Amino acid sequence: MSMGMGPMRGAGVPVQKSKDLRGTTRRLFGRLGPERYKLGLALFLGVASVVLMVSGPQILGNATNVLFDGIVGKQLPAGVSKAQAIQLLRLHGHDQLASMISGMNVVPGVGVDIAGMGRVLGLAALVYIGGAAFNYLQGFTMAGLTQRVMFQMRRDVESKMSRLPLRYFDSHPHGDVLSRVTNDIDNLTTTIQQGLSQLITSILTIVGVMGMMFWISPLLALVSVITIPLALVVTMLIAKRSQSHFASQWKRTGTLNGLVEETHTGHELVQVFGRSDATVAEFSRQNKALYLASFKAQFLSGIIQPSMQFISNINYVTIAVLGGYRVASGLLSLGAVTAFIQYSRQFTMPITQIASQMNMLQSGVASAERVFEFLDASEEEPDVELPASIIVPDGGAGSVKLENVHFRYEPNEPLIEDFSLVVAPGETVAIVGPTGAGKTTIVNLLVRFYEIDSGRILLDGVDYRDLTRDQVRSAFGMVLQDTWMFSGSIRDNIRYGRPDATDDEVVAAAEAAHVDSFVRTLPDGYATILDEDASNLSSGQKQLLTIARAFLADQSILILDEATSNVDTRTEVLIQEAMSRLREGRTSFVIAHRLSTIRNADTIIVMDLGRIVEQGGHEELMRSKGAYYSLYNSQFTGATV
Amino acid sequence: MVLVRLLQEYLRRYARQIAILVVLLVAQTVGNLYLPNLNADIINKGVVVGNLHYILRTGEWMLVLTLLIALCAVVAIYWASRVAMGAGADIREAVFTRVQGFSARDMNTFGTASLITRNTNDIQQIQLFLQMALTMMVIAPIMCFGGIVMALHEGAQLSTLLLVAVPVMGVFIGVVMVKVVPQFRSMQTKIDRINEVLREQITGVRVIRAFVRNEFEAERFAAANSDLTETALSVNRVFALMLPMMMAILNLSSVAVIWFGGRLVSEGSMPIGNLTAFLTYILQILLSVMMAVMVAILLPRAAASAERVMEVLDTTPVISDVPSPVAPSELSGQVRFEDVSFEYPGSERAIVEGLTFTLEPGATSAIIGGTGSGKTTLLNLIPRFFDATEGHVFVNNVDVRDQAREVLWSSLGIVPQAAYLFNGTVASNLRFGRADATDEELWRALEIAQASDFVLAMPGGLDARIDQGGTNVSGGQRQRLSIARSLVKQPSVYLFDDCFSALDAATDARLRAALKTGTGNSSVVIVAQRVSTIMHADQIIVLDNGGIVGMGTHAELLTRCDPYREIVVSQLGEDAAR
Repeated sequence: MSMGMGPMRGAGVPVQKSKDLRGTTRRLFGRLGPERYKLGLALFLGVASVVLMVSGPQILGNATNVLFDGIVGKQLPAGVSKAQAIQLLRLHGHDQLASMISGMNVVPGVGVDIAGMGRVLGLAALVYIGGAAFNYLQGFTMAGLTQRVMFQMRRDVESKMSRLPLRYFDSHPHGDVLSRVTNDIDNLTTTIQQGLSQLITSILTIVGVMGMMFWISPLLALVSVITIPLALVVTMLIAKRSQSHFASQWKRTGTLNGLVEETHTGHELVQVFGRSDATVAEFSRQNKALYLASFKAQFLSGIIQPSMQFISNINYVTIAVLGGYRVASGLLSLGAVTAFIQYSRQFTMPITQIASQMNMLQSGVASAERVFEFLDASEEEPDVELPASIIVPDGGAGSVKLENVHFRYEPNEPLIEDFSLVVAPGETVAIVGPTGAGKTTIVNLLVRFYEIDSGRILLDGVDYRDLTRDQVRSAFGMVLQDTWMFSGSIRDNIRYGRPDATDDEVVAAAEAAHVDSFVRTLPDGYATILDEDASNLSSGQKQLLTIARAFLADQSILILDEATSNVDTRTEVLIQEAMSRLREGRTSFVIAHRLSTIRNADTIIVMDLGRIVEQGGHEELMRSKGAYYSLYNSQFTGATV
Repeated sequence: MVLVRLLQEYLRRYARQIAILVVLLVAQTVGNLYLPNLNADIINKGVVVGNLHYILRTGEWMLVLTLLIALCAVVAIYWASRVAMGAGADIREAVFTRVQGFSARDMNTFGTASLITRNTNDIQQIQLFLQMALTMMVIAPIMCFGGIVMALHEGAQLSTLLLVAVPVMGVFIGVVMVKVVPQFRSMQTKIDRINEVLREQITGVRVIRAFVRNEFEAERFAAANSDLTETALSVNRVFALMLPMMMAILNLSSVAVIWFGGRLVSEGSMPIGNLTAFLTYILQILLSVMMAVMVAILLPRAAASAERVMEVLDTTPVISDVPSPVAPSELSGQVRFEDVSFEYPGSERAIVEGLTFTLEPGATSAIIGGTGSGKTTLLNLIPRFFDATEGHVFVNNVDVRDQAREVLWSSLGIVPQAAYLFNGTVASNLRFGRADATDEELWRALEIAQASDFVLAMPGGLDARIDQGGTNVSGGQRQRLSIARSLVKQPSVYLFDDCFSALDAATDARLRAALKTGTGNSSVVIVAQRVSTIMHADQIIVLDNGGIVGMGTHAELLTRCDPYREIVVSQLGEDAAR
């Protein structure tokens, strides 16, 4: 739980080191720029609150003094002056008492000035209430400031995402991107929200308390101040050592969780392959290692608090003894000592906290750095400023022409070299090849997920580069193997490609894709909410929905991935029918797995190892007895099992 | 409460350490309570009467006491960490071991993901709670109680102040918590929502761009973002009240102590030194209330975690070995189903019904049928992942229920639908079922599985690293390694559950040709979607709706089994069905 446990939280977080602490910190403060007045206000409120809180004990000390004066005064005979009383005491050999009274505001014979004490206490109460109020206002201001800055930051990250080229997503593990835009942002929010304002308060409190202590009694203050570096050094030393144990605790937790995850996921394999005992033994070994690491981490971080208390107690004793001496010698008032004791108590807490706040800040800066790295990634080239309009020639839309296209993912790994292809409206192009042959590369270029290196691609006679990406993509409908759905209703998912479609049109598309009857069996029908990854649907059902989606979008060119692994035969028949109906009258590029599609295609592109190895019609390619010939035949032969 | 039961059980072996811990904590707390008392003495008997010697002597004594307190605290933390982390490790191990004995049914009832969370996060929650509880939960009551006793001792009349301050503090913290905790929870779901939208934007980047829906996604995100910001703002603003209010209560209590105490002192019914001591006590009492609240915050979470952990520990696996298992006399590899049915308890319809067939050693049998026709269920009955609700399943001529599962499993080689590899090397994965297999045997298996080429190309060959789940190799490679793994084991029965799906047709064909030589006299069962994969099997079993609708060779079935013919036509075209 992240509530108000800032100091505790800091200790357990693995410290990530940032590469450029200063630069990132400066940039982070740059982002606070628009909020600088609020930040100034928060700082002012913080100072005000600390000043008030810190002067509280001093005022209470004054109240004690009034009290003490009264008590001592009452014991002295009335009617004599203070000087006479002191002389009288010395005469009777009470030298000690005499010198103490000489430093006090005593009127002999007069008791406690209750009204005076009341006034002082009233002031103390006001000061405390004021301090708390300022403190609250500071927190209130900081909350608004942080949330606004983080809102902006999240928005920037999201809009950045839409400007990144696909290459970025393909070359960075999704988990890493995701962790930057989620975990790191979360961590940063907590850091700014809790760490920053607490750190400010801690530092201000230390400065304020120290100021007060010196004001009351430089000698006692000096004694207390000596304990500060001591406390800091002890905290730092322990924190440093416990930090490394925490790191190892996190690492071991990670590996152990990995083992648990893998064993539970492969549960049946572990059992059938007779590995249960060996796995338990391995778990036991790792568990023991984790136990040792976490025990050390907990112990070391745990002794910070008692060590601080020890130092604080030494301080307390010193003040009590030294203070007692000085009061007895009349050099200091009793109230001052009381106040001093309170100050010394207030002193150790912020020091202990600073260590963990620094840790927290460090990990926050590391997160900020990762987020900034993301924000700095190079973006897609901007679209042309004055895009051409596509004038559909007679004979229908949907012609695609590739002229001498060159493309490489890596500059020194040739992939597509001098590739040309003319596809008339309504024609079918089949792309075939073994798994991993790079069939998606063609798709990437056609819908302009990647930019070609040289040559040109024409859509209905217009060069891609004279069009915006959105214009190009609006011409294509896609049914990919990756049946992505967003978390929302089935209806909205089908409508994804054409948001203004009516409910009837949605149903018609679903019917065409043979998915209507299935949707109607669901309790909420078209309003059924798909959860993340649409895990409440089978992969076949998802595929049918993506076909319905493409139906509704009704674009002139189609890109279809026929792969239907893990789909049962009946659903497969449905998918197949739906796909061929979808192809009717549209230009289509099919990543083909079915003989019927391949044979009837106008052009077949055969790919292997990322490159196009053959291109032509079915008969033509069969005659040349090349890669296509053997690929085609392997579907019938060789099956001897 | 379940948490109590769990802790009782797992703290028992630490009883002695806990006893030491409690003694130390009591000593520490008493020491801390006694310190202000000594300070009062310094003022009353030293300062007021000007006795320097007394001040010095008491000071020395205070110093010694401080040292003792620190020692007690450090040793107490040592034991607290030992016990908390030790008990956590014990529970973790108990849960893990328990899950190892689970049957597939038990795994399904919990769900793999949930079991992982229970075995990791939930136990961490309990551990965290224990660490806090073992120190604060002991200290807080002693400090509170001791503080009250000492306060009464220093000034009985003044102590009535506590009757006001403590409830005010408690009520205030309670109110804030009641208000804030649900909001924190709703904030968490809103963070999850934002992360969900972002995750979708990353995984769905192709679809989003292909359909030109960037703006729509941006709007969806903006809505989630504003929603989160609003909640976070209100939570943090309420929460900002917490610390200042508590400080105010503490400080105003001090003011009140001096006001009322001052009057008592001036009337002569209380020595002035006691006032200073009283101030410290009231501070400590209120601090202990705060501490108790902190533990109380962690309590519901730990209790929920304990319940989830206990559920696992309380589960008896639904499938276990019979008391005196029968060992098969011969490992022929024969598998026989006699009128076997299976249904989930309480379900209306059986998943498979009335299955009778025999899989002969040395022969390849194939099972084909649509989703939900019961193919995988049929396979799962052989290794006893599930038990047939009616009829008998025989492996090596002995009913599977009469065999020890370890013995049964040792004669089975399973290749599941979703190929799964374990963290380690290629070799360690291949040796999974037979640790003493030689490198030659591994290579032979790889060759049969059509995997030797890419393993050779991997850096390190057999010693190449495999990540958890096998995510660093392609789906097809994973399937082939998983096939090789079962070949290395040399079982008498092979169960291939639709594990050729990620292979292209050519590799699939080569693999099946080689497999024939690799499996020898074992019986082989293949479940497949693709007709081309199974059409040359010795025996094809066609399943539909949980029942057998056809059994025979490809040629036989083509002529007399319509459902089979339909499948063939749909996949290979009309020509192939002729």
